[in-house]
Amino acid sequence: MSHSVLEVKNLSKTFGTHLVLQDVSLTVNPGDVTSIIGSSGSGKSTFLRCINLLETPTSGQIIFHGDEVTAPGFDAPSYRAKVGMVFQSFNLFNNMTVLDNCLVGQTKVLKKDKKDAQDMAMMYLERVGMAPYINARPSQLSGGQKQRVAIARALAMEPEILLFDEPTSALDPEMVGEVLDVMHDLAGSGMTMLVVTHEMAFARDVSNHVVFLSDGLVCEEGSAEEIFGNPQQERTREFLARYMAR
Amino acid sequence: MKFINDILKIITEYGSSYLTGAGNTLLLALIGTVIGCIIGFAVGTVQATPLPEKGGKRVLMRIVRGILRGYVEIFRGTPMIVQAVFIHYGMFYMGLKPAIWFSGILVVSINTGAYMAETVRGGIMSIDQGQFEGAKAIGMTHNQTMINVILPQALRNIIPQIGNNFIINVKDTAVMSIIAFMDLFSIHKSVVGSNYLYFPSAVLTMAIYLTMTLVSSVLLRWWEDKMAGDANYDIVNTKDTLAQTSGLYRAKKKEAKR
Ligand SMILES: Nc1ncnc2c1ncn2[C@@H]1O[C@H](COP(=O)(O)OP(=O)(O)OP(=O)(O)O)[C@@H](O)[C@H]1O
Ligand SMILES: [Mg+2]
Repeated sequence: MSHSVLEVKNLSKTFGTHLVLQDVSLTVNPGDVTSIIGSSGSGKSTFLRCINLLETPTSGQIIFHGDEVTAPGFDAPSYRAKVGMVFQSFNLFNNMTVLDNCLVGQTKVLKKDKKDAQDMAMMYLERVGMAPYINARPSQLSGGQKQRVAIARALAMEPEILLFDEPTSALDPEMVGEVLDVMHDLAGSGMTMLVVTHEMAFARDVSNHVVFLSDGLVCEEGSAEEIFGNPQQERTREFLARYMAR
Repeated sequence: MKFINDILKIITEYGSSYLTGAGNTLLLALIGTVIGCIIGFAVGTVQATPLPEKGGKRVLMRIVRGILRGYVEIFRGTPMIVQAVFIHYGMFYMGLKPAIWFSGILVVSINTGAYMAETVRGGIMSIDQGQFEGAKAIGMTHNQTMINVILPQALRNIIPQIGNNFIINVKDTAVMSIIAFMDLFSIHKSVVGSNYLYFPSAVLTMAIYLTMTLVSSVLLRWWEDKMAGDANYDIVNTKDTLAQTSGLYRAKKKEAKR
């Protein structure tokens, strides 16, 4: 347990008086693929956003390789460079080409030289199948293509853990597959991943740990077999029944 | 007939003066707009920066913002002709001897800067929050985010307003004759002062101003199009076959990891 990548302890978050997360704890070990499932508004995005400090947790601790992320004066930018994030809405830089999107973090944040950065970017763009599009701008790509570039951009930073916030929810059905395939491949290669998703098949087949959030609380967690095969909580059963019925 | 003759008379006698005046007008408008934009970007960026959560920095930022707000309000809220005499004669009053060009550029820059500050602030605020978050998420600091991601997009969005400001400056620098700046309108005033051909000179002056603004419009459109970037992109061929087949990745079965 002491070698965990990330440890979240009793994380709570309130917006004004609205308690969105309550005492959420989670341990992520190297190579884990953790899926976070739960109905809309249960706090999944807020949880991920707290982890890379896009939101400031109200209380609790986040520990990354033994360092307390939530401590005052913590260097958030260099921490975020090690924690990749893939957003539902891609958030590619609109003023840059596909290649530059994958270069800018490496050269400006990691201060790598241009040549090394370029090799790294090309390697990951090839991996997600977007190498032919290096000169395109985000506005010229389909949603699935944008998301694959966004994944390459995150990977090019060589993060120790990659967070996904519903990476396929904004995509047309026929594009979901291409993004899930890339994520499947990543999981197989040993990438540590924390995935918020509504793709139950993906959560079931790819993750080794599943967390079911309900109203800001961890209602149930366990292996994919446990959660999908034999859920213990009534709420989990209801939630899954609704999803599987679709 | 008399009108044509008068115009020709002005052109042959004073043609080169009008051209010099037009040149000065354009140069003053151009320099003033460029410096004004730089001021506007600096001020607008500070105004659009979120306040730190707490502490001394927050207080400092509040004060800086208050001062900048005052600057914007004062120079947007007073006529440029009054600002010109205020600044030019103000400097004399304090014992300085500013060159007329210096005062002219200063006034136009400061005035344009006040307008541009608001434009830039709006330009930054109109950028999707996701762009900030995307940059933050790969570890960029606030300044890196602004320089590499936000300001280039804001600049592109506000090019029409920059152009608009330039065209306004081409016309409004006419008020600089108040501090004896030799712009096109000053030439008109000095020419009619000696030959009383008010109307023909006014026609000529109007025509020159209109030519300048129309040409500027065309050039600005061209710049706008150029900044919009290529409409097409080339597919780059890679040797790597993964690139072509990636859509066909088959899921590898998960391994027991725990
Ligand atoms: N910035 C904010 N200010 C106030 N309330 C917020 C803010 N962000 C989220 N919330 C609230 O927190 C709750 C949880 O939101 P969150 O986005 O984390 O849900 P979610 O589980 O990701 O839902 P979805 O599946 O729809 O994405 C919601 O009730 C939402 O209204
Ligand atoms: Mg969400």
